[in-house]
Amino acid sequence: MTDIYLGADRATDAEAAAVDAALRSRGVDPVVRPETERLYTSGTARRRERRHFLLPALHALQNEAGWISPGGINYVAEVLDVPPAEAFGVATFYDLFRTEPPAHDGDTFHVCVDAACQIAGYDDLAASVRAAGGHVHLGPCLGQCERAPALFVQGAGGRPDHVPADDEPFELPQAGDESLRLLRRIGVADPESLESYLAHGGYRALRRAGEMGAEAVLEAVAASGLSGRGGAAFPTGVKWRAVAAETGRPKHVVANCDESEPGTFKDRIVMEQDPFAVIETMTIAGLATGAQNGWIYIRGEYPLATARLQGAIDAARAAGLLGKDAAGTGHDFDIAIWRGAGAYICGEETALFNSLEGFRGEPRNKPPFPTTHGLFGEPTAINNPETLLNVLDIILEGADAYRTRGTERSPGTKLLCLSGKVGRPGLYEVAFGTTLGDLLELAGGISGNGELQAVLMGGAAGSFVGPDSLGLPLTLEDTRAAGTTLGSGVVMAFDTSDDMTDVVVRIAEFFRNESCGQCVPCRVGAVRQHETLVQMQRRGSLSPARRALIDEMAEVMVDASICGLGHTAASAVRSALALGLIASAPSR
Amino acid sequence: MFGAGGGTSSYAEVEQADVILLWGSNAREAHPIFFHHVLKGLRNGARMYAIDPRRTSSAKFADRWLGLSVGTDIALANAMGREIIHAGLHDPDFIAHSTQGFEAYAAHVESYTLDWAAEQTGVPAEAIREMAHAYATAPKAQILWTLGITEHHNAVDNVVSLCNLALLTGHVGRWGSGLCPLRGQNNVQGGGDMGAIPNKFPGFQDVADDEVRAKFEAVYGTELNGVPGKHLTLMFEAMEAGELRACYVIGENPADSEADVEHARKLLAGLDILVVQDIFMTRTAEMADVVLPASVAWAESEGTVTSSERRVQRVRPAVPPPGQARHDIDIIGELARRLGVSWGHPSPEELWDEMRSLSPMHTGMSWERLEKSGGIQWPCVSEDDPGSEFLHGWLWADDLEGRDPAPFSVTHHAPPKERLSDEFPLRLTTGRALDSYNTGVQSGGYASPIRYGDALDINPADAAELGIADGERVLVSSPRGSVEMDVRLQPDIPAGLTFTTFHFPELVDANVLTNDEWDPRSGTAEFKAAAIRISKLEPEPAGA
Amino acid sequence: MTDTTITETAVTLTIDGQPVEVAEGSTIHSACVEAGIETPTLCWAENLTPVNVCRVCVVELEGSRALVPSCSRQAEEGMVVQTGTPRVRHSRRMVLEFLGSGVDLSQADDLHHWMKAYGADPDRYGDEDHPVERVEEPVKVQDELYIRDYSKCVLCYKCVEACGDDAQHTFAIAVAGRGFDARISTEFDVTLPDSACVYCGNCVGVCPTGALQFKTEYDLREVGEWRPEDQTVTRTVCSYCGVGCNLDLHVQDERIVKVTSPSDHSVTSGHLCIKGRFGWQYVHGE
Repeated sequence: MTDIYLGADRATDAEAAAVDAALRSRGVDPVVRPETERLYTSGTARRRERRHFLLPALHALQNEAGWISPGGINYVAEVLDVPPAEAFGVATFYDLFRTEPPAHDGDTFHVCVDAACQIAGYDDLAASVRAAGGHVHLGPCLGQCERAPALFVQGAGGRPDHVPADDEPFELPQAGDESLRLLRRIGVADPESLESYLAHGGYRALRRAGEMGAEAVLEAVAASGLSGRGGAAFPTGVKWRAVAAETGRPKHVVANCDESEPGTFKDRIVMEQDPFAVIETMTIAGLATGAQNGWIYIRGEYPLATARLQGAIDAARAAGLLGKDAAGTGHDFDIAIWRGAGAYICGEETALFNSLEGFRGEPRNKPPFPTTHGLFGEPTAINNPETLLNVLDIILEGADAYRTRGTERSPGTKLLCLSGKVGRPGLYEVAFGTTLGDLLELAGGISGNGELQAVLMGGAAGSFVGPDSLGLPLTLEDTRAAGTTLGSGVVMAFDTSDDMTDVVVRIAEFFRNESCGQCVPCRVGAVRQHETLVQMQRRGSLSPARRALIDEMAEVMVDASICGLGHTAASAVRSALALGLIASAPSR
Repeated sequence: MFGAGGGTSSYAEVEQADVILLWGSNAREAHPIFFHHVLKGLRNGARMYAIDPRRTSSAKFADRWLGLSVGTDIALANAMGREIIHAGLHDPDFIAHSTQGFEAYAAHVESYTLDWAAEQTGVPAEAIREMAHAYATAPKAQILWTLGITEHHNAVDNVVSLCNLALLTGHVGRWGSGLCPLRGQNNVQGGGDMGAIPNKFPGFQDVADDEVRAKFEAVYGTELNGVPGKHLTLMFEAMEAGELRACYVIGENPADSEADVEHARKLLAGLDILVVQDIFMTRTAEMADVVLPASVAWAESEGTVTSSERRVQRVRPAVPPPGQARHDIDIIGELARRLGVSWGHPSPEELWDEMRSLSPMHTGMSWERLEKSGGIQWPCVSEDDPGSEFLHGWLWADDLEGRDPAPFSVTHHAPPKERLSDEFPLRLTTGRALDSYNTGVQSGGYASPIRYGDALDINPADAAELGIADGERVLVSSPRGSVEMDVRLQPDIPAGLTFTTFHFPELVDANVLTNDEWDPRSGTAEFKAAAIRISKLEPEPAGA
Repeated sequence: MTDTTITETAVTLTIDGQPVEVAEGSTIHSACVEAGIETPTLCWAENLTPVNVCRVCVVELEGSRALVPSCSRQAEEGMVVQTGTPRVRHSRRMVLEFLGSGVDLSQADDLHHWMKAYGADPDRYGDEDHPVERVEEPVKVQDELYIRDYSKCVLCYKCVEACGDDAQHTFAIAVAGRGFDARISTEFDVTLPDSACVYCGNCVGVCPTGALQFKTEYDLREVGEWRPEDQTVTRTVCSYCGVGCNLDLHVQDERIVKVTSPSDHSVTSGHLCIKGRFGWQYVHGE
């Protein structure tokens, strides 16, 4: 429903063809034409039907031309009924989209500058890429912290995106460990083969769920005590039941595969190595909640995971495990994949909805909550892959058996992303209650100079703990009591040679760059916080007034920001100050 | 419509409508703030059909645009009526209780099949069917129209054809459903309400009715002529016949705005005396024997105007009139004094009070109430009457409040008077642009960044056939004359149709082309349908 | 008679210890107004959908971990709200201070009172050696009707809403960029005359800080002749089409200097078109 006004710029044939192909692959006829010369369909309904194809269309333009040109925007605007100013506003929201002509023809080499890569020396990697003639873009965490420093190659001229490290064979540190639950198929089943997945117990849970019926599944999930593994730890059973209770409107299951919390890579490995499990558990969620529409929103820097998930969807659909009467459960369910384009904030569930719907990835105020007003304003169950994977055991062995692992208030196992100065960085699965010290030992102990300085728990939005916390049991309740968090499962170790001021200033810069800009406390607060820390770094000290200012800024960000990004933007900074990791440290 | 002339609904009702038919109206540009209410309706989930020969900026907001051929509105409306009846979607209870003439109507529209209408209108039959069903089955539906319906030789038939649809489905007389003509000028509604119609006194009271006349005579203290006067088009005919020799023109610019304007200018020039009262030295004023400089009604004087939703609102002076300009009331009073009648110096409020003592539908609107409220919608019969959001609620009353049932009308499809021919093969229709207004005397005063002048919009395929490029200057001719214009290629206009605005008569005298065939009942000329031809200009000789 | 399907039920909440009854669906903000409690707002306007981005209207709600925006949060039965606690005062002060530290608020007249009331000191960030980042952009003067001065923009989204879904549906402008670099922009920052803009002026009408101004006002300000204290405002009706839009004519020295529309009027909701907003010059014979 717009008064589309297009400037004079026109798309190149290649740009138009790229957009057309992207839309056709999603079942959209890209051709703009009246039905006859005297009849034309437009209006609100058409606009609503098309808007959410904006992100895929912009990806197509970026990939084709290396940027999103005025002509390209106009083409997309006309085809999708999106005003050019809005399409531009959306394009400029994302790190992976450029709206100025590139100075180079080739691919863009994204090098991560966040904590794990910072202490692993990302600048050496960047220098070597430049020396080889590559165009380097320094950016935020790429979700490959276990193999820092991380590199992601964004293709242009139609070349696909690519992560060089994906070419190496994958190895799970705990391979062969009989106690693995969520990770038990990894390295065992072939992620590109449905037969292999089935041979390793795949789709037994969905069939069982079909026999149990939605109500029994909801009961089991509630009884299991499963809670969200993205950081907020909301009870999954409550969420699913709330969606199931909604009637009369289309409903959705969204897999939040936008993990972007610096230090986090667990979902990437799950999706790359066990994609069918994500698809199966989403289907179970659809069955339980009565939702027929499944969506995977995956961060744009995960090309291998995207390809494997797409392969799994295609294979499942061909085998009747998706689509009408999926797997003979009597429930219709299908899944589509939408790629993000480089925005940490889109991991926030309501920002994710906006992004998927073709708007700027700005969080919505809550209430209302996604269970009633989620994707397209409709009831939505949104979970990340790790959370979803737990459902397999809950269905197959029952809630009681599930609860034999972990603690009373934190049942089950937890995936943890170990990075930084540990002997064997990588993805680990342990039962809740394992101590931090035991976990670090499992990962080969502290590397570097061997002297632990601090551990960043939960990522940039989490907090630092010191060596005195090695006895901390890793449960929701114990970490909360200790004033820290498991968050998304980040456990990043620093040895005493690491410059924590550099690390903390970078964390502050990360929030400054990733704030969506919508609300004042976060938009300005994140900038002022970073400025204050830069000032501290330059001076080598922090005056009492500036120290107090950091707390004052933190307070308004926590109290008055719209979403979790603002709420947590000062968390790591304040913990570093409290631990004396910065400011009071001897100037270097 | 079934009596007093005014839109039956309020703008607020459009926001809650389920289906909107926007018929012959480019409200997005001609009534932009009314269109805001339409947009709210669309946001609230309304489905909109735009019926217009052009895919206007309004039509782009519609769920479906039906690009009918110019002047085929009756064919379309009657086919909708037939379809509604055949599908059993009409409202038999309402028809039986509140209307009359249904059988004749139903029998008449029987020949207006979807296929026949598709052939006449150019709109696919399926789309007509869909629109008919959507309109008939909507809980609340609105029909909105503007000059695309009324600037035709059969304007009244066009209007009543739309009324038939509302009667057929009961979409009138209740909150949310209705029929709304959008008024083109800020007080065209108020002018009619006040009796500036040849056969009406204020409040749409008939001049030929002795009882009514007696009431007015008692208050005016003079005898009143019971013979209906002439509307504008008849006046020009009377000038042509030599019967009308003097003309007093207040705030109108016929020397630019009349269809077949060169003919109109000739007639004005031939008058014995032409008096013009205006705030501008218009082309008509330039021809006048006497010019009476007036003040700007809405910014320099007290009064009221009435909007398209029958809302009477106050205008107030913000700045003093310049130079010798005087208020209209002063000028008219002074003129009366020179003619030997002293009316004193009545204030606008005193005149208003006199008027509302005579016009029942205004009686409740005290000056004080108008001053304090955001306007009151007529009818408002007493001072404790809040006014009327919608009209014709009586249609739903058990006893019809003692009135006669509303009549269906039998209307016949009749294409534009001016047929296309080999000599004049293209259809020309006219309309407004967003930033301009009528002949531009007001809107020409500000620097609009979106003003492009009067160009002739044509379909790119037609242009290609004629070998004409975008922006090329061409000669446009109708049976009445020729003007030079720039061409603008416009994919939103179907082949065979052309369009122009008429805001810059000093640059492009577009009304030289338009047809002054007019509707005998409304007096409106067929601005919307002329036949033209486009010729390339001879290239200027080299070196000239 | 209006739509009878809407039945009004009341809810009672407590604000600063005082019970307040409002219609169901009302916001906490309107309940505050009802209770006579003055609440600062910036991004809220009665004729726009609340976007709750400025956070200057936050209040403390019992049971809610964070403060809540009163402009958008619906009042519920039994809510207990505090508007004057140290937390609330702190957040409001910081929001005002943050804004003042980043943009020019010299013409944001409505905010000056609140900045004083909450003791906001925007100058305490940075120092001589470490100046803070501010939004500093040249004024965009691209036509005779508007100017845009984004160094005064607080990113309240009002102009975007008025241009878009909440009124005009032209979508000539949107928020572009992210974080502190976010700006209101046309596509690729093309000039307004090259954009979809139809010059209704509804963006200017809702701008709270003078970032968007009518050219008439801007020109007078430039020569120091903008004198609101000497202006009269007269309500009348537009002279163009038959919709009946109410106009407020702002007159200084017997000349119209600006036209606005009352946001609480049922016809316009405060919004106008180009003719109503700018088509008055002929009154002065130009």
